[in-house]
Amino acid sequence: MSASTIALDAPLSRDRSSRPGLSRLAGVELRKMVDTRAGFWVQLGVLGLMVTFAILSAVIGRAEDHTLHGILVAAVWPAYALLPVVGILLVSSEWSQRTTLITFALVPQRSRVLVAKLSAAVALACTSFFVALGIAALVTAISSPGIPGTWSLSGIVLGQTLVLLVAAMVMGLGYGSMLLSSAPAIVLSFVLPLGWSALASIHALNGAARWLDGSKSFAPLVDHVMNMTEWARVGTTLAVWLLVPLTIGLWRIRRSEVG
Amino acid sequence: MIETQNITKRLGGRTVVDDVSFRVEPGTIMGFLGPNGAGKTTTLRMLTGLSAPDGGRALVLGGSYRELPNPGRRVGVLLDASAQHDGRRGREALAVSAQIMGVDPLRIDGLLDLVGLDRSAAGKRVRQYSLGMRQRLGIAHALLGDPEVLILDEPANGLDPPGMRWMRELLRDFANRGGTVLLSSHLLHEVEALADRLVIIDLGRVVAQGTRDELLSGKGTRVRADDEPALRAALTAANLNLRPSDEGGFVVDAEPTDVGRAALAGGVVLNQLGPSDGLEELFFNLTAKEAA
Repeated sequence: MSASTIALDAPLSRDRSSRPGLSRLAGVELRKMVDTRAGFWVQLGVLGLMVTFAILSAVIGRAEDHTLHGILVAAVWPAYALLPVVGILLVSSEWSQRTTLITFALVPQRSRVLVAKLSAAVALACTSFFVALGIAALVTAISSPGIPGTWSLSGIVLGQTLVLLVAAMVMGLGYGSMLLSSAPAIVLSFVLPLGWSALASIHALNGAARWLDGSKSFAPLVDHVMNMTEWARVGTTLAVWLLVPLTIGLWRIRRSEVG
Repeated sequence: MIETQNITKRLGGRTVVDDVSFRVEPGTIMGFLGPNGAGKTTTLRMLTGLSAPDGGRALVLGGSYRELPNPGRRVGVLLDASAQHDGRRGREALAVSAQIMGVDPLRIDGLLDLVGLDRSAAGKRVRQYSLGMRQRLGIAHALLGDPEVLILDEPANGLDPPGMRWMRELLRDFANRGGTVLLSSHLLHEVEALADRLVIIDLGRVVAQGTRDELLSGKGTRVRADDEPALRAALTAANLNLRPSDEGGFVVDAEPTDVGRAALAGGVVLNQLGPSDGLEELFFNLTAKEAA
Protein backbone atom coordinates (compact mmCIF):
# COMPACT_ATOMS: atom_id res chain seq x y z
CA MET A 1 0.00 0.00 0.00
CA SER A 2 2.84 2.40 -0.75
CA ALA A 3 0.61 4.35 -3.11
CA SER A 4 -1.88 5.14 -0.40
CA THR A 5 0.85 6.19 1.99
CA ILE A 6 2.16 8.67 -0.55
CA ALA A 7 -1.25 10.13 -1.21
CA LEU A 8 -2.27 10.30 2.39
CA ASP A 9 0.98 11.99 3.39
CA ALA A 10 0.55 14.66 0.73
CA PRO A 11 0.30 18.19 2.07
CA LEU A 12 -2.87 19.41 3.70
CA SER A 13 -3.43 22.94 4.80
CA ARG A 14 -4.11 23.75 8.40
CA ASP A 15 -7.77 24.63 8.70
CA ARG A 16 -9.11 21.22 9.54
CA SER A 17 -11.60 22.52 12.04
CA SER A 18 -12.43 25.93 10.67
CA ARG A 19 -15.55 26.54 8.68
CA PRO A 20 -14.99 27.49 5.02
CA GLY A 21 -15.51 31.26 4.86
CA LEU A 22 -18.14 32.90 2.67
CA SER A 23 -15.55 34.49 0.40
CA ARG A 24 -14.03 31.07 -0.26
CA LEU A 25 -17.46 29.58 -0.95
CA ALA A 26 -18.32 32.47 -3.28
CA GLY A 27 -15.02 31.85 -5.10
CA VAL A 28 -16.01 28.21 -5.49
CA GLU A 29 -19.39 29.23 -6.93
CA LEU A 30 -17.71 31.54 -9.45
CA ARG A 31 -15.43 28.69 -10.42
CA LYS A 32 -18.41 26.37 -10.90
CA MET A 33 -19.96 28.86 -13.32
CA VAL A 34 -17.10 28.49 -15.79
CA ASP A 35 -15.55 25.07 -15.17
CA THR A 36 -18.21 23.00 -16.93
CA ARG A 37 -18.57 22.78 -20.68
CA ALA A 38 -21.97 24.52 -20.69
CA GLY A 39 -20.87 27.21 -18.25
CA PHE A 40 -17.75 28.00 -20.22
CA TRP A 41 -19.59 28.40 -23.52
CA VAL A 42 -22.39 30.51 -22.04
CA GLN A 43 -19.82 32.97 -20.64
CA LEU A 44 -17.93 33.04 -23.92
CA GLY A 45 -21.23 33.46 -25.78
CA VAL A 46 -22.22 36.47 -23.65
CA LEU A 47 -18.82 38.05 -24.31
CA GLY A 48 -19.06 37.41 -28.06
CA LEU A 49 -22.57 38.84 -28.23
CA MET A 50 -21.52 41.95 -26.28
CA VAL A 51 -18.77 42.66 -28.81
CA THR A 52 -21.08 41.93 -31.76
CA PHE A 53 -23.90 44.14 -30.44
CA ALA A 54 -21.49 46.97 -29.64
CA ILE A 55 -20.01 46.90 -33.14
CA LEU A 56 -23.42 46.65 -34.81
CA SER A 57 -24.76 49.60 -32.81
CA ALA A 58 -21.77 51.71 -33.89
CA VAL A 59 -22.30 50.86 -37.53
CA ILE A 60 -26.04 50.72 -38.09
CA GLY A 61 -28.93 52.72 -36.69
CA ARG A 62 -29.30 56.41 -36.23
CA ALA A 63 -26.12 58.50 -36.18
CA GLU A 64 -27.06 60.26 -32.94
CA ASP A 65 -27.04 56.88 -31.13
CA HIS A 66 -23.39 56.25 -32.01
CA THR A 67 -22.30 57.55 -28.62
CA LEU A 68 -20.70 55.77 -25.68
CA HIS A 69 -24.14 55.67 -24.08
CA GLY A 70 -25.85 54.20 -27.13
CA ILE A 71 -23.16 51.61 -27.65
CA LEU A 72 -23.10 50.68 -23.96
CA VAL A 73 -26.86 50.05 -24.00
CA ALA A 74 -26.32 47.69 -26.94
CA ALA A 75 -23.38 45.91 -25.29
CA VAL A 76 -25.29 45.42 -22.04
CA TRP A 77 -28.31 43.90 -23.71
CA PRO A 78 -26.94 40.34 -24.26
CA ALA A 79 -25.82 40.24 -20.62
CA TYR A 80 -29.27 41.42 -19.50
CA ALA A 81 -30.89 38.64 -21.56
CA LEU A 82 -28.52 35.80 -20.66
CA LEU A 83 -27.36 36.46 -17.10
CA PRO A 84 -30.73 35.29 -15.72
CA VAL A 85 -30.09 31.92 -17.38
CA VAL A 86 -26.65 31.77 -15.76
CA GLY A 87 -28.29 32.60 -12.42
CA ILE A 88 -30.93 29.89 -12.90
CA LEU A 89 -28.34 27.24 -13.78
CA LEU A 90 -26.17 28.24 -10.84
CA VAL A 91 -28.83 26.76 -8.57
CA SER A 92 -30.87 24.36 -10.70
CA SER A 93 -27.90 22.49 -12.22
CA GLU A 94 -26.94 21.33 -8.71
CA TRP A 95 -30.30 19.59 -8.63
CA SER A 96 -30.33 18.27 -12.19
CA GLN A 97 -26.75 17.00 -11.92
CA ARG A 98 -27.37 15.88 -8.31
CA THR A 99 -24.21 17.60 -7.11
CA THR A 100 -26.26 18.77 -4.10
CA LEU A 101 -25.16 15.45 -2.58
CA ILE A 102 -21.59 16.75 -2.62
CA THR A 103 -22.22 20.44 -2.02
CA PHE A 104 -24.46 19.99 1.01
CA ALA A 105 -22.32 17.18 2.45
CA LEU A 106 -19.36 19.58 2.42
CA VAL A 107 -21.38 22.62 3.52
CA PRO A 108 -24.36 21.40 5.56
CA GLN A 109 -25.61 24.94 6.25
CA ARG A 110 -27.56 25.24 3.02
CA SER A 111 -28.38 28.91 3.46
CA ARG A 112 -24.62 29.60 3.42
CA VAL A 113 -24.42 27.93 0.03
CA LEU A 114 -27.25 30.13 -1.25
CA VAL A 115 -25.57 33.27 0.14
CA ALA A 116 -22.32 32.20 -1.57
CA LYS A 117 -24.20 31.76 -4.85
CA LEU A 118 -25.80 35.20 -4.41
CA SER A 119 -22.40 36.79 -3.83
CA ALA A 120 -20.95 35.02 -6.85
CA ALA A 121 -23.93 36.14 -8.96
CA VAL A 122 -23.45 39.79 -7.93
CA ALA A 123 -19.72 39.51 -8.65
CA LEU A 124 -20.35 38.06 -12.10
CA ALA A 125 -22.96 40.73 -12.90
CA CYS A 126 -20.49 43.46 -11.88
CA THR A 127 -17.77 41.88 -14.00
CA SER A 128 -20.14 41.72 -16.98
CA PHE A 129 -20.95 45.40 -16.50
CA PHE A 130 -17.32 46.47 -16.51
CA VAL A 131 -16.56 44.25 -19.50
CA ALA A 132 -19.53 45.78 -21.37
CA LEU A 133 -18.31 49.27 -20.44
CA GLY A 134 -14.79 48.43 -21.64
CA ILE A 135 -16.08 47.04 -24.93
CA ALA A 136 -18.35 50.07 -25.44
CA ALA A 137 -15.50 52.50 -24.73
CA LEU A 138 -13.19 50.67 -27.13
CA VAL A 139 -15.77 50.53 -29.91
CA THR A 140 -16.63 54.21 -29.37
CA ALA A 141 -12.97 55.19 -29.52
CA ILE A 142 -12.36 53.22 -32.69
CA SER A 143 -15.50 54.42 -34.49
CA SER A 144 -15.04 58.00 -33.13
CA PRO A 145 -18.25 59.30 -34.67
CA GLY A 146 -17.34 62.91 -33.95
CA ILE A 147 -20.83 63.93 -32.90
CA PRO A 148 -21.32 66.25 -29.91
CA GLY A 149 -21.68 64.46 -26.56
CA THR A 150 -20.06 61.24 -27.78
CA TRP A 151 -18.41 60.64 -24.41
CA SER A 152 -20.95 62.27 -22.12
CA LEU A 153 -22.53 59.68 -19.86
CA SER A 154 -23.80 60.33 -16.36
CA GLY A 155 -22.23 58.33 -13.54
CA ILE A 156 -25.71 57.78 -12.17
CA VAL A 157 -26.88 56.10 -15.38
CA LEU A 158 -23.77 53.92 -15.21
CA GLY A 159 -24.73 52.95 -11.66
CA GLN A 160 -28.30 52.25 -12.78
CA THR A 161 -26.99 50.03 -15.57
CA LEU A 162 -25.04 48.07 -12.99
CA VAL A 163 -28.24 47.73 -10.93
CA LEU A 164 -30.02 46.38 -14.01
CA LEU A 165 -27.47 43.61 -14.59
CA VAL A 166 -27.29 42.63 -10.93
CA ALA A 167 -31.10 42.56 -10.74
CA ALA A 168 -31.38 40.41 -13.87
CA MET A 169 -28.83 37.92 -12.61
CA VAL A 170 -30.29 37.66 -9.11
CA MET A 171 -33.82 37.31 -10.50
CA GLY A 172 -32.55 34.26 -12.40
CA LEU A 173 -31.07 32.90 -9.20
CA GLY A 174 -34.46 33.42 -7.55
CA TYR A 175 -36.34 31.51 -10.27
CA GLY A 176 -33.79 28.71 -10.13
CA SER A 177 -34.08 28.46 -6.34
CA MET A 178 -37.85 28.58 -6.36
CA LEU A 179 -38.28 25.87 -9.03
CA LEU A 180 -35.05 23.85 -8.48
CA SER A 181 -35.28 22.73 -12.08
CA SER A 182 -33.62 24.30 -15.12
CA ALA A 183 -36.20 24.05 -17.89
CA PRO A 184 -39.27 25.45 -16.07
CA ALA A 185 -37.20 28.27 -14.57
CA ILE A 186 -35.77 29.27 -17.97
CA VAL A 187 -39.22 29.10 -19.55
CA LEU A 188 -40.64 31.24 -16.74
CA SER A 189 -37.95 33.88 -17.16
CA PHE A 190 -38.60 34.18 -20.89
CA VAL A 191 -42.37 33.76 -20.84
CA LEU A 192 -43.05 36.35 -18.13
CA PRO A 193 -42.14 39.40 -20.27
CA LEU A 194 -44.11 37.94 -23.20
CA GLY A 195 -47.06 37.32 -20.91
CA TRP A 196 -46.94 40.89 -19.68
CA SER A 197 -46.91 42.36 -23.16
CA ALA A 198 -49.95 40.21 -23.98
CA LEU A 199 -51.72 41.27 -20.79
CA ALA A 200 -50.76 44.91 -21.25
CA SER A 201 -52.85 45.02 -24.40
CA ILE A 202 -55.80 44.79 -22.03
CA HIS A 203 -56.21 48.43 -21.10
CA ALA A 204 -57.02 47.87 -17.43
CA LEU A 205 -53.78 45.96 -16.87
CA ASN A 206 -51.55 48.46 -18.58
CA GLY A 207 -51.12 50.45 -15.38
CA ALA A 208 -50.16 47.38 -13.37
CA ALA A 209 -47.65 46.32 -16.02
CA ARG A 210 -45.68 49.52 -15.53
CA TRP A 211 -45.07 48.46 -11.93
CA LEU A 212 -44.74 44.70 -12.34
CA ASP A 213 -43.32 44.07 -15.80
CA GLY A 214 -39.53 44.25 -15.68
CA SER A 215 -39.24 44.89 -19.38
CA LYS A 216 -41.16 48.15 -18.78
CA SER A 217 -40.08 49.21 -15.30
CA PHE A 218 -36.38 48.50 -15.89
CA ALA A 219 -36.19 50.36 -19.22
CA PRO A 220 -35.39 53.79 -17.70
CA LEU A 221 -32.42 52.34 -15.80
CA VAL A 222 -30.18 52.48 -18.86
CA ASP A 223 -31.85 55.51 -20.38
CA HIS A 224 -31.74 58.49 -18.01
CA VAL A 225 -31.34 59.52 -14.37
CA MET A 226 -34.52 58.13 -12.84
CA ASN A 227 -37.05 59.94 -10.68
CA MET A 228 -38.62 58.59 -7.50
CA THR A 229 -41.66 57.11 -9.24
CA GLU A 230 -39.43 55.17 -11.60
CA TRP A 231 -37.35 53.87 -8.70
CA ALA A 232 -40.56 52.86 -6.92
CA ARG A 233 -41.59 50.86 -9.99
CA VAL A 234 -38.19 49.12 -10.12
CA GLY A 235 -38.48 48.38 -6.40
CA THR A 236 -41.97 46.94 -6.79
CA THR A 237 -40.91 44.73 -9.69
CA LEU A 238 -37.92 43.47 -7.71
CA ALA A 239 -40.00 42.78 -4.61
CA VAL A 240 -42.40 40.61 -6.60
CA TRP A 241 -40.02 38.88 -9.03
CA LEU A 242 -36.85 38.74 -6.95
CA LEU A 243 -37.58 38.74 -3.23
CA VAL A 244 -40.60 36.44 -3.36
CA PRO A 245 -38.96 33.69 -5.51
CA LEU A 246 -35.73 33.94 -3.52
CA THR A 247 -37.59 33.60 -0.22
CA ILE A 248 -39.57 30.61 -1.45
CA GLY A 249 -36.32 29.20 -2.85
CA LEU A 250 -34.44 29.56 0.43
CA TRP A 251 -37.25 27.79 2.23
CA ARG A 252 -37.33 24.96 -0.31
CA ILE A 253 -33.56 24.54 -0.40
CA ARG A 254 -33.34 24.36 3.39
CA ARG A 255 -36.01 21.74 3.81
CA SER A 256 -35.77 19.65 0.65
CA GLU A 257 -34.68 16.02 0.79
CA VAL A 258 -31.49 15.81 -1.20
CA GLY A 259 -31.15 12.84 -3.50
CA MET B 1 -17.05 6.76 15.30
CA ILE B 2 -20.49 6.41 13.77
CA GLU B 3 -23.65 5.72 15.72
CA THR B 4 -27.34 5.67 15.02
CA GLN B 5 -29.75 5.65 17.95
CA ASN B 6 -33.21 4.41 17.03
CA ILE B 7 -33.35 6.52 13.89
CA THR B 8 -36.61 6.56 12.01
CA LYS B 9 -37.55 8.23 8.75
CA ARG B 10 -40.91 8.48 7.05
CA LEU B 11 -41.12 9.48 3.41
CA GLY B 12 -44.41 9.83 1.60
CA GLY B 13 -46.37 8.16 4.40
CA ARG B 14 -44.13 5.10 4.43
CA THR B 15 -41.61 4.30 7.16
CA VAL B 16 -38.43 3.70 5.17
CA VAL B 17 -36.11 3.52 8.17
CA ASP B 18 -37.61 2.10 11.33
CA ASP B 19 -35.84 2.30 14.69
CA VAL B 20 -32.37 1.47 13.38
CA SER B 21 -29.52 1.39 15.91
CA PHE B 22 -25.93 0.42 15.30
CA ARG B 23 -22.47 1.60 16.16
CA VAL B 24 -19.20 1.55 14.23
CA GLU B 25 -16.02 1.81 16.30
CA PRO B 26 -12.75 3.30 15.04
CA GLY B 27 -10.52 0.71 13.38
CA THR B 28 -13.43 -1.33 12.05
CA ILE B 29 -15.22 -1.75 8.75
CA MET B 30 -18.97 -2.12 9.06
CA GLY B 31 -20.87 -3.65 6.17
CA PHE B 32 -24.40 -2.32 5.84
CA LEU B 33 -26.37 -4.93 3.96
CA GLY B 34 -29.86 -5.16 2.64
CA PRO B 35 -31.83 -5.68 -0.55
CA ASN B 36 -32.57 -2.67 -2.76
CA GLY B 37 -35.06 -0.37 -1.10
CA ALA B 38 -34.30 -1.63 2.41
CA GLY B 39 -33.48 1.88 3.67
CA LYS B 40 -29.67 1.81 3.49
CA THR B 41 -29.30 4.97 1.42
CA THR B 42 -31.79 6.89 3.54
CA THR B 43 -29.87 5.91 6.67
CA LEU B 44 -26.59 7.09 5.16
CA ARG B 45 -28.22 10.38 4.12
CA MET B 46 -29.39 10.94 7.68
CA LEU B 47 -25.87 10.24 8.96
CA THR B 48 -24.42 12.83 6.59
CA GLY B 49 -26.93 15.56 7.42
CA LEU B 50 -28.65 15.48 4.03
CA SER B 51 -31.92 14.26 5.45
CA ALA B 52 -33.37 14.92 8.90
CA PRO B 53 -34.52 11.90 10.96
CA ASP B 54 -38.13 11.92 12.15
CA GLY B 55 -37.00 10.17 15.32
CA GLY B 56 -33.79 9.09 17.00
CA ARG B 57 -30.29 10.47 16.53
CA ALA B 58 -27.59 10.03 13.92
CA LEU B 59 -24.12 10.70 15.29
CA VAL B 60 -20.76 10.99 13.56
CA LEU B 61 -17.64 11.56 15.67
CA GLY B 62 -19.82 12.01 18.73
CA GLY B 63 -22.11 14.70 17.40
CA SER B 64 -24.43 15.65 14.60
CA TYR B 65 -22.77 15.75 11.17
CA ARG B 66 -24.25 19.19 10.51
CA GLU B 67 -22.39 20.59 13.53
CA LEU B 68 -18.99 19.68 12.08
CA PRO B 69 -17.33 22.95 11.04
CA ASN B 70 -15.57 21.55 7.99
CA PRO B 71 -17.11 18.08 7.55
CA GLY B 72 -15.08 17.13 4.47
CA ARG B 73 -11.92 17.18 6.60
CA ARG B 74 -13.31 14.70 9.14
CA VAL B 75 -15.71 12.49 7.17
CA GLY B 76 -15.25 11.18 3.63
CA VAL B 77 -18.59 10.64 1.91
CA LEU B 78 -19.50 8.81 -1.29
CA LEU B 79 -23.25 8.56 -1.63
CA ASP B 80 -23.67 8.23 -5.38
CA ALA B 81 -20.81 8.02 -7.84
CA SER B 82 -23.12 9.26 -10.60
CA ALA B 83 -23.82 12.49 -8.74
CA GLN B 84 -21.13 14.52 -10.46
CA HIS B 85 -21.62 17.27 -13.02
CA ASP B 86 -21.35 15.55 -16.41
CA GLY B 87 -19.68 18.52 -18.03
CA ARG B 88 -16.90 18.88 -15.47
CA ARG B 89 -13.52 17.21 -15.86
CA GLY B 90 -12.69 14.56 -13.25
CA ARG B 91 -9.70 16.44 -11.92
CA GLU B 92 -11.69 19.68 -11.73
CA ALA B 93 -14.44 17.95 -9.73
CA LEU B 94 -11.82 17.13 -7.08
CA ALA B 95 -10.33 20.62 -7.29
CA VAL B 96 -13.70 22.27 -6.59
CA SER B 97 -14.19 20.22 -3.43
CA ALA B 98 -10.56 20.74 -2.38
CA GLN B 99 -11.19 24.47 -2.59
CA ILE B 100 -14.29 24.22 -0.39
CA MET B 101 -12.45 22.15 2.23
CA GLY B 102 -9.26 24.17 2.09
CA VAL B 103 -7.19 21.18 0.99
CA ASP B 104 -3.95 21.80 -0.87
CA PRO B 105 -4.64 21.04 -4.57
CA LEU B 106 -1.26 19.24 -4.70
CA ARG B 107 -2.99 16.38 -2.91
CA ILE B 108 -5.18 15.71 -5.95
CA ASP B 109 -2.45 14.11 -8.08
CA GLY B 110 -1.55 11.63 -5.36
CA LEU B 111 -5.19 10.66 -4.95
CA LEU B 112 -5.73 10.22 -8.68
CA ASP B 113 -2.72 7.86 -8.72
CA LEU B 114 -4.05 6.04 -5.69
CA VAL B 115 -7.44 5.33 -7.26
CA GLY B 116 -5.91 4.48 -10.62
CA LEU B 117 -7.18 7.36 -12.76
CA ASP B 118 -4.33 8.35 -15.05
CA ARG B 119 -3.66 11.80 -16.45
CA SER B 120 -5.81 11.32 -19.55
CA ALA B 121 -8.74 9.90 -17.57
CA ALA B 122 -8.53 12.76 -15.05
CA GLY B 123 -8.67 15.26 -17.92
CA LYS B 124 -11.83 13.78 -19.39
CA ARG B 125 -15.30 15.08 -18.64
CA VAL B 126 -17.23 12.93 -16.21
CA ARG B 127 -19.84 12.31 -18.94
CA GLN B 128 -17.30 10.01 -20.62
CA TYR B 129 -16.59 8.01 -17.45
CA SER B 130 -17.69 4.43 -17.01
CA LEU B 131 -19.42 3.54 -13.76
CA GLY B 132 -16.17 2.01 -12.50
CA MET B 133 -14.26 5.25 -13.24
CA ARG B 134 -16.95 7.32 -11.51
CA GLN B 135 -16.66 5.02 -8.53
CA ARG B 136 -12.87 5.54 -8.44
CA LEU B 137 -13.32 9.29 -8.72
CA GLY B 138 -15.86 9.10 -5.89
CA ILE B 139 -13.41 7.22 -3.65
CA ALA B 140 -10.72 9.80 -4.40
CA HIS B 141 -13.26 12.49 -3.52
CA ALA B 142 -14.09 10.78 -0.23
CA LEU B 143 -10.38 10.60 0.70
CA LEU B 144 -9.66 14.18 -0.36
CA GLY B 145 -9.92 15.76 3.08
CA ASP B 146 -7.84 13.03 4.78
CA PRO B 147 -10.85 11.99 6.88
CA GLU B 148 -11.10 9.82 9.98
CA VAL B 149 -14.45 8.36 8.94
CA LEU B 150 -15.63 7.00 5.58
CA ILE B 151 -19.32 6.64 4.68
CA LEU B 152 -19.70 4.89 1.32
CA ASP B 153 -22.93 3.89 -0.40
CA GLU B 154 -22.47 0.88 -2.71
CA PRO B 155 -18.79 1.70 -3.39
CA ALA B 156 -18.14 -1.64 -5.11
CA ASN B 157 -20.88 -1.05 -7.67
CA GLY B 158 -19.34 -1.16 -11.15
CA LEU B 159 -15.85 -2.16 -10.01
CA ASP B 160 -14.18 -5.10 -11.75
CA PRO B 161 -12.54 -7.88 -9.65
CA PRO B 162 -9.12 -6.15 -9.55
CA GLY B 163 -10.92 -2.95 -8.56
CA MET B 164 -12.73 -4.78 -5.78
CA ARG B 165 -9.47 -6.18 -4.53
CA TRP B 166 -7.83 -2.78 -4.65
CA MET B 167 -10.69 -1.26 -2.67
CA ARG B 168 -10.53 -4.03 -0.10
CA GLU B 169 -6.86 -3.29 0.52
CA LEU B 170 -7.45 0.43 0.61
CA LEU B 171 -10.25 0.23 3.18
CA ARG B 172 -8.42 -2.36 5.29
CA ASP B 173 -5.40 -0.07 5.38
CA PHE B 174 -7.63 2.87 6.30
CA ALA B 175 -9.22 0.94 9.17
CA ASN B 176 -5.85 -0.41 10.37
CA ARG B 177 -4.69 3.16 10.78
CA GLY B 178 -7.64 3.80 13.10
CA GLY B 179 -10.23 4.92 10.57
CA THR B 180 -13.93 4.13 10.84
CA VAL B 181 -15.67 2.74 7.74
CA LEU B 182 -19.36 2.25 7.03
CA LEU B 183 -20.16 0.89 3.60
CA SER B 184 -23.40 -0.36 2.16
CA SER B 185 -24.09 -3.03 -0.38
CA HIS B 186 -26.97 -5.08 -1.66
CA LEU B 187 -24.58 -7.95 -2.50
CA LEU B 188 -23.45 -10.19 0.33
CA HIS B 189 -20.27 -11.39 -1.36
CA GLU B 190 -18.96 -7.89 -1.90
CA VAL B 191 -19.13 -7.21 1.78
CA GLU B 192 -18.30 -10.48 3.48
CA ALA B 193 -14.65 -10.36 2.43
CA LEU B 194 -14.39 -6.72 3.48
CA ALA B 195 -16.29 -6.06 6.64
CA ASP B 196 -15.43 -6.88 10.25
CA ARG B 197 -18.99 -6.37 11.36
CA LEU B 198 -22.29 -6.49 9.54
CA VAL B 199 -25.70 -4.90 9.95
CA ILE B 200 -28.45 -6.33 7.80
CA ILE B 201 -31.64 -4.37 7.28
CA ASP B 202 -34.82 -5.17 5.47
CA LEU B 203 -37.91 -2.99 5.07
CA GLY B 204 -36.21 -0.36 7.20
CA ARG B 205 -35.58 -2.60 10.21
CA VAL B 206 -32.40 -4.27 11.47
CA VAL B 207 -32.79 -8.03 11.03
CA ALA B 208 -29.31 -9.09 12.13
CA GLN B 209 -26.08 -7.56 13.31
CA GLY B 210 -22.81 -8.78 14.72
CA THR B 211 -19.26 -9.65 13.76
CA ARG B 212 -18.76 -11.35 10.46
CA ASP B 213 -17.61 -14.53 12.17
CA GLU B 214 -20.67 -14.65 14.43
CA LEU B 215 -22.98 -14.25 11.50
CA LEU B 216 -21.13 -16.42 9.02
CA SER B 217 -20.33 -19.46 11.12
CA GLY B 218 -21.65 -21.57 13.98
CA LYS B 219 -24.90 -22.19 12.21
CA GLY B 220 -24.52 -25.95 11.87
CA THR B 221 -24.08 -28.34 8.99
CA ARG B 222 -25.94 -28.56 5.73
CA VAL B 223 -26.56 -32.11 4.51
CA ARG B 224 -28.42 -33.59 1.55
CA ALA B 225 -29.21 -37.06 0.36
CA ASP B 226 -31.19 -38.57 -2.50
CA ASP B 227 -33.35 -40.37 0.03
CA GLU B 228 -34.41 -37.51 2.31
CA PRO B 229 -36.86 -39.49 4.52
CA ALA B 230 -34.12 -42.02 5.27
CA LEU B 231 -31.70 -39.19 6.08
CA ARG B 232 -34.22 -37.60 8.43
CA ALA B 233 -34.73 -40.96 10.20
CA ALA B 234 -30.96 -41.51 10.57
CA LEU B 235 -30.39 -38.01 11.98
CA THR B 236 -33.31 -38.31 14.37
CA ALA B 237 -32.06 -41.72 15.52
CA ALA B 238 -28.70 -40.08 16.39
CA ASN B 239 -30.58 -37.47 18.50
CA LEU B 240 -29.51 -34.54 16.29
CA ASN B 241 -31.52 -31.31 15.99
CA LEU B 242 -32.45 -30.62 12.40
CA ARG B 243 -34.57 -28.34 10.29
CA PRO B 244 -35.33 -28.48 6.58
CA SER B 245 -33.28 -26.10 4.45
CA ASP B 246 -34.85 -23.84 1.82
CA GLU B 247 -32.41 -25.15 -0.74
CA GLY B 248 -33.21 -28.81 -0.07
CA GLY B 249 -31.82 -31.22 2.55
CA PHE B 250 -31.42 -30.25 6.19
CA VAL B 251 -29.47 -27.91 8.42
CA VAL B 252 -28.27 -29.81 11.49
CA ASP B 253 -26.99 -28.36 14.78
CA ALA B 254 -23.86 -30.52 14.83
CA GLU B 255 -20.39 -30.88 13.33
CA PRO B 256 -20.14 -32.45 9.84
CA THR B 257 -18.33 -35.46 11.38
CA ASP B 258 -21.29 -36.24 13.65
CA VAL B 259 -23.72 -35.87 10.78
CA GLY B 260 -21.59 -38.17 8.61
CA ARG B 261 -21.41 -40.75 11.39
CA ALA B 262 -25.20 -40.66 11.84
CA ALA B 263 -25.67 -41.14 8.08
CA LEU B 264 -23.26 -44.06 8.09
CA ALA B 265 -25.11 -45.65 11.02
CA GLY B 266 -28.39 -45.25 9.11
CA GLY B 267 -26.88 -46.51 5.86
CA VAL B 268 -27.83 -43.34 3.94
CA VAL B 269 -25.84 -42.18 0.91
CA LEU B 270 -25.08 -38.43 1.15
CA ASN B 271 -24.66 -36.23 -1.89
CA GLN B 272 -23.73 -33.08 0.04
CA LEU B 273 -22.16 -32.41 3.43
CA GLY B 274 -20.62 -29.17 4.66
CA PRO B 275 -20.89 -26.17 6.96
CA SER B 276 -24.11 -24.23 6.59
CA ASP B 277 -23.82 -20.58 5.57
CA GLY B 278 -26.27 -18.99 7.97
CA LEU B 279 -25.80 -15.47 6.70
CA GLU B 280 -26.21 -16.48 3.12
CA GLU B 281 -29.41 -18.31 3.99
CA LEU B 282 -30.75 -15.27 5.82
CA PHE B 283 -29.74 -12.98 3.01
CA PHE B 284 -31.09 -15.34 0.39
CA ASN B 285 -34.45 -15.27 2.14
CA LEU B 286 -34.47 -11.46 2.15
CA THR B 287 -33.61 -11.10 -1.50
CA ALA B 288 -35.96 -13.92 -2.48
CA LYS B 289 -38.75 -12.08 -0.73
CA GLU B 290 -37.86 -8.96 -2.69
CA ALA B 291 -37.99 -10.84 -5.97
CA ALA B 292 -41.36 -12.41 -5.13
